[in-house]
Amino acid sequence: MTNFDYLKPVSLKEACVLRAEHAGVSQLLLGGTDLIVEMDQGLLSPDFLIDLREIGDLRGIRVEKDDIVIGAAVTFTELIKSKTITDQCQALIEASKLVASVGVRNVATLAGNICHAVPSAEGAAPLLVRDAELTAVSTKGERRISIHDFFTGPRKTALKAEEIVTAIHIPRNSLKSGENYQKLGRYRGEDLAQVGVAVAVDEKYRYKIAYAAVGPVPLRITKAEEILQGGPPGEKSLPAAVEAVKKAVSPITDIRASKEYRLYMCGIMLEKAVNTAVQRMKGNKAGGQA
Amino acid sequence: MKADRKKEITFTLNGNEVSVLVSPDEKLLDVLRDTLGMTSPKYGCGKGECGACTVLMNGKTVRSCIMLAVQADQCEIVTLEGFQKNGITDIQETFLKHNAFQCGFCAPGFILSTDELLRENPEPDEEEIRDALAGNLCRCTGYKNIIEAVEEMVENRKKGAKR
Repeated sequence: MTNFDYLKPVSLKEACVLRAEHAGVSQLLLGGTDLIVEMDQGLLSPDFLIDLREIGDLRGIRVEKDDIVIGAAVTFTELIKSKTITDQCQALIEASKLVASVGVRNVATLAGNICHAVPSAEGAAPLLVRDAELTAVSTKGERRISIHDFFTGPRKTALKAEEIVTAIHIPRNSLKSGENYQKLGRYRGEDLAQVGVAVAVDEKYRYKIAYAAVGPVPLRITKAEEILQGGPPGEKSLPAAVEAVKKAVSPITDIRASKEYRLYMCGIMLEKAVNTAVQRMKGNKAGGQA
Repeated sequence: MKADRKKEITFTLNGNEVSVLVSPDEKLLDVLRDTLGMTSPKYGCGKGECGACTVLMNGKTVRSCIMLAVQADQCEIVTLEGFQKNGITDIQETFLKHNAFQCGFCAPGFILSTDELLRENPEPDEEEIRDALAGNLCRCTGYKNIIEAVEEMVENRKKGAKR
């Protein structure tokens, strides 16, 4: 690991000042489970680590009028234990339970997972199907970034070097809706997704479909959504949606799986996820998912 | 590393308050083992994947090989040494009975993960046990005896067997 200085601001304001002062040469630390491994591997070598754990503004999950707000310091374990998330964000719960191991989930945060922005990020697809937004702050002010605009390349995001993500906003559902997340992995405990897919559907049969690990960034596949829109998955519409997915994704062959296998599984997993989401939607109450 | 970059951290280790001067880049695992002499957490993969470095931080398992020592400042850390300071626990006795470990390198991680599981969910089923222990890698025995031992612990605790 390189030489770096460790800073622990006690307020968001102080953190923004430090972030501005060290723009481009700092990394933000919460759980650090991705960051520290990458620093060890020499992939990142910041001059400053800014530890955000003392900042109370970043903690907790709260329900506002239109949104569920997840603080940037909320860990995957906190998400899994949250009744709000369990009741209203089924795909996010399923994905959270599949992140690494308990010992990692106890400190790793959803915000960190998203900001780290690897193509296989477990939190990405569930947020894409909910049109989530991120709040980013800096000394210059605050802005909202749509999750759809956030991922700009492998490990690259729309976040500016002086900004800090403080919260993730998930719009609440007013209609009956259902979700499912499917992950293709080799074993439990510590395995990145070879393919990840999230599907959300509401009672008007409007679908949202997003994939991870099959392209340079996690991506929503609107073409497949449009094919399915307006009704339950049918003998013609579901295979057509699968074909649309296969055209939209661009998986690669790597140590975990071949391109061909990933492409094939994209289809199988879409069928499973769509059918499960529709079943759940039918059984759920308006606004809730459990 | 400039000397003035060093930080003094204070935390509770197995019930005792300790203060140590650490470099920002020092891992919690290295400080526990090399500075403070707690050798139950092991260096396995160094990437947080195998669980050999597991310790409890504020009652929750963490991977000390991918955690900076500065992150433990003001926290409560328990290693296996502290966990068993009043003698071996029913968790360990049951693992022993099932011959769950051979070399023992992974044992601290499995023991602390089992403790965390049974505190959070006193009656886990096999799937829940497997999920909770996933990410602790044993290269000797396979996992059958480990899982069976935890199942027996659950049964014993249900029957009110004394800890």
